[in-house]
Amino acid sequence: MTVATSVQRASDALVDSFAWLGALSIFGARALRDAFRPPFELDEITRQTFDVGWRSVPLIAASGLAIGIVLSMHTRASLERFGAEAMIPAGLALALIRETGPLTTALLLAGRVGAGIGAELGAMRVTEQIDALEATAVDSFKYLAVTRIVACILTVPLLTVLMNFSGMVGGYIAESAIGYMSLQLYFDRAFSLVEFQDFIPSTLKTMVFGFIIGTVASYLGFQTSGGTEGVGRTSTRSVVLASLLIIVTNVLLVRLIFFLFPQNV
Amino acid sequence: MAAVEAIRLDNVSKAFGARAVLQSLTLTVPAGKAYCILGRSGTGKSVTLKHIVGLVHPDEGRILVEGEDITRLSRADLARVRRRMGFLFQNAALFDSITVGENVAFPLRRHTRLADAEVRRRAREKLAQVGLEAAYDQMPGELSGGMRKRAGLARAMALDPSILLVDEPSAGLDPITSREIDELLLAQRRAGTTLLVVTHNIPSARLLGDRLIVLHEGRVVAEGTSGELERSPEPLVREFMRAETGG
Repeated sequence: MTVATSVQRASDALVDSFAWLGALSIFGARALRDAFRPPFELDEITRQTFDVGWRSVPLIAASGLAIGIVLSMHTRASLERFGAEAMIPAGLALALIRETGPLTTALLLAGRVGAGIGAELGAMRVTEQIDALEATAVDSFKYLAVTRIVACILTVPLLTVLMNFSGMVGGYIAESAIGYMSLQLYFDRAFSLVEFQDFIPSTLKTMVFGFIIGTVASYLGFQTSGGTEGVGRTSTRSVVLASLLIIVTNVLLVRLIFFLFPQNV
Repeated sequence: MAAVEAIRLDNVSKAFGARAVLQSLTLTVPAGKAYCILGRSGTGKSVTLKHIVGLVHPDEGRILVEGEDITRLSRADLARVRRRMGFLFQNAALFDSITVGENVAFPLRRHTRLADAEVRRRAREKLAQVGLEAAYDQMPGELSGGMRKRAGLARAMALDPSILLVDEPSAGLDPITSREIDELLLAQRRAGTTLLVVTHNIPSARLLGDRLIVLHEGRVVAEGTSGELERSPEPLVREFMRAETGG
């Protein structure tokens, strides 16, 4: 293969990636616009919110508990060297609320919800159910994509709060195993350093993560072709691409939060 | 008052990439008549049906449904026209996350203001018409191929459409079940519904169609009654009719 061919292939791949991102952005922007136009499909949004949110509760709660225990052990190992064990609850709370909780919740949901939405819509595409919706005079984009994207935007912040809370409980369990600390004292210390600007921006940024999960999975689902193999591919790509976009977007959002709330630095 | 022409395609062309699927296709289906589209696989039969319901947009040409050019309609107006049409997909395309009864009730819930009890009653009535009243609470995955197709037909008929588009009603079905589906479509024809049926099954086309249309490479190569097609000067048409009838 000549150098010229390799350069050509690389440039083609780059152009394809930008084209894909452009099409995804148009899909997402259209979803946001349509979300504010009637009919609002409230029944379907409620159903999807239940599916995305309530059914994810066990996963998020259990993960939060485990993460809280592990983080607490690591925090203790670090702070013990400086004789600052009393700061363990506050350190854990800040780590969870500012970064670990939002990012972990989003990545877990990219796996559970992203794969589910991608596979469901992909299967509907290849079995002509999406065409059947259109033929029944129903706007399939609004009924299937917008409702799922809205459900993801609404539920990811709520599940992040659950993750943070479970993490704090996990931290308390880890601390209780080592030495006695009352629950009230633990939570008093935990929230002694947490302020409004720690909690609100980092929790609200997960709405963007929810938007990414819903949009990527819905877009790929609508584009599915190639039968059951195509559905499997969509499911995998939904998880990979949503996770990647969440991680990259998180860098930008953290930078934005530091810019808007300089006291968080 | 119903338009004299229920469906009209004027010089419709469509290509997918470099492959031309429809080439200046022109056909007319009068209101209240039953037409069958025949042709080999890949000649654009299903794509023609999808154009009529607006699932595929033509590269060129006009598509008139009861006098309205659907290629120029807004989404809302297209939805209004679609409510007057029923579409039975080749694989029925039932929504597999809801019951058979809710599949049939779905168009009624979306497009009427009927009370829940009335929606259920009408959905049961439509299912009864296709012999599936007992399947109301079953999931689509529990049905056989023939039952799925009948359920799909019940859903297509839910809003009492004036036009029924049917894609391969006999595909994958045994002769008896195929005959049952034909009888259901005949009942629709007798009730005055305009039928446009894509089929490979010549006996079925003879039974259902007032006229048959033969497509080849995206063009109409012959149109007429089955007798006229068997005497067609086009060797391709005669050969097709003989091949399909096993003669």
